[in-house]
Amino acid sequence: MSEEQIKNLEKQFEERIARDEKIEPKDWMPEKYRQTHIRQMSQHAHSEIIGMLPEGNWITRAPSLRRKVALLAKVQDEAGHGLYLYSATETLGISREELYEQLHTGKAKYSSIFNYPTLTWADMGAIGWLVDGAAIINQVPLCNTSYGPYSRAMIRVCKEESFHQRQGYEIMMKLANGTPEQKEMAQDALNRWWWPSLMMLGPTDDKSVHTAQSMKWKLKRKTNDELRQQFIDQTVPQADLIGLTIPDPDLKWNEERQSYDFGEINWDEFWQVVKGHGPMNKERMRARINAWECGEWVRDAAMAHAEKKQQRKQKQAV
Amino acid sequence: MSTKNWPLWEIFVRSKNGLEHRHFGSLHAADAEMALENARDVYTRRNEGVSIWVVESKHITASNPENNGELFEPAQDKVYRHPTFYDLPDEVKHM
Amino acid sequence: MKENLYNYILGIADNSLILGQRMGELCGHGPSLETDIACTNISLDLFGQVRSYFQYAAKVSGDGRTEDDIAMLRKERDYKNVLLVEQPNTNFAYTIARQFLFDAYHLAFLSELQKSTDLTLSAIANKCIKEVSYHERFSSDWVKRLGDGTEESCVKMQEAIDDLWTYTDELFHQTEADKAMVAEGVGVDVTKLKEDYYKRVHRLLEEATLKVPQLKWFQKGGKEGIHTEHLGYLLSDLQYMQRAYPNMEW
Repeated sequence: MSEEQIKNLEKQFEERIARDEKIEPKDWMPEKYRQTHIRQMSQHAHSEIIGMLPEGNWITRAPSLRRKVALLAKVQDEAGHGLYLYSATETLGISREELYEQLHTGKAKYSSIFNYPTLTWADMGAIGWLVDGAAIINQVPLCNTSYGPYSRAMIRVCKEESFHQRQGYEIMMKLANGTPEQKEMAQDALNRWWWPSLMMLGPTDDKSVHTAQSMKWKLKRKTNDELRQQFIDQTVPQADLIGLTIPDPDLKWNEERQSYDFGEINWDEFWQVVKGHGPMNKERMRARINAWECGEWVRDAAMAHAEKKQQRKQKQAV
Repeated sequence: MSTKNWPLWEIFVRSKNGLEHRHFGSLHAADAEMALENARDVYTRRNEGVSIWVVESKHITASNPENNGELFEPAQDKVYRHPTFYDLPDEVKHM
Repeated sequence: MKENLYNYILGIADNSLILGQRMGELCGHGPSLETDIACTNISLDLFGQVRSYFQYAAKVSGDGRTEDDIAMLRKERDYKNVLLVEQPNTNFAYTIARQFLFDAYHLAFLSELQKSTDLTLSAIANKCIKEVSYHERFSSDWVKRLGDGTEESCVKMQEAIDDLWTYTDELFHQTEADKAMVAEGVGVDVTKLKEDYYKRVHRLLEEATLKVPQLKWFQKGGKEGIHTEHLGYLLSDLQYMQRAYPNMEW
């Protein structure tokens, strides 16, 4: 194809997206669109899968049977969401195994927040409330994103995820209304998860490299800073309601902006964790690689068995 | 890394009797039985289905969007296939 | 309190509780995403059953204890599960072998429990049997895949079956509570399930190209609270919160 032809196709492509048309797997798309989507969608899928680990850490120790089944179901949903997203990514011509390979070799990123440890039961509450809360803010606009399979996966994810944040907030509420020891546990979890949750919404707009292009392709509807503000504005009253204190001395209602002003985020910490120096990066990766490698003989056996079965069937037919 | 990975399957679920099977997504499985079981666990956890079809993705033949012009556009102006093409006086009932 | 009925319910429920806990350990660590989700489903089914049983046990005990008190605040010697279900997830072959060897029993057991004169128990059995039929299908399919898969998987599967075989006979052992409950028409006479169980298991092992272990001596004791060393560690996880923070609501 000549350069001019490609330019022409690109123009038509951008116009389709601007008209809110969806792009489907077999449609022509610019290579950059494909690559950007593989990157973002797989990063999203990896985050779901890695995200199972910090919470999975408390399944065997959940304090009641009711909490245990809720947590199990939630972590299982994350596996499901990872699966939907990997499947959607595969429509772009890359296999799940290749995507795992990228994750295991450190080529692909995942949400940095899962590199923090879950130390107490209250962390299950804090993750559900804050981390899922921040994730929902990110995800809801993606239900309308331009790539059809991604948008459909996100619609399913958002529908299922609606119980996750409620589950987390309910845990926090119960703790905050419990004994002093329980309330302290809740406050401690909020203290540790608040700032990483704010970082989760991404670098500030002036440092964010992908925003403009992502806006055009509807991978993003609002900027990181707008999303962060939205998250803070909706979360602060929720903390107030259960008598917990947001660990930010600079947090203050701004009457003029009708929004909260908030303190400086430690971006140095953010970038260090992204680069692999968080408290749990190595452990998380080890757990994933271990599951994959220990599962290899199992997956191979299933394939070998399927082939044998197929051969027997063919023999019978003859 | 394994040489043979579990192939991809497309999953179709009937939400309730009376409705058609609808494409729900895909997943990996070694064989059709496993694909059915996995589909049950992955796509009907919330009681979403009463029947499941699984088809190995490689068996699906899809039309090429480059041919959309010749495939689908000729149907656009065949308005006589739609009831609104036919003008009838308002007095005619039940039609 | 109806001591025998209470103990009888615990004997059933503890199997689901401990096996559910074992399956729950795998969440996030399965050999494939799809299998991970399937194992969690089994765990969720089992915990659902546990809650029905313990809610009933709490009612029977009538001393104000809750399902969680019963599940999490007993001493190790008071857990009545069979030794089989507490065995660890050494590898996926052990997970599957444990599951199948239990499912084949569980299915037969529930099908009899449906006929119990105790209407609560028969209603629970009636609900659970559909879940367990699926578990049995899942685990027996996997025994076949691993047994009749690759050379490596066949060795691993055989090893798991050989190791766990010693815990199968206990499934058909009767406690005093069992006998009393059978006499009342409430309980299931597990001794009558034994023959069909081994027939079913033999048939599947054969189909999976696995050998039936020739064992004459079996381990038992779980039903009387004499467990393997594995249970203590499992309980320290299960009970951690209730022990560290007593008398609180979650």
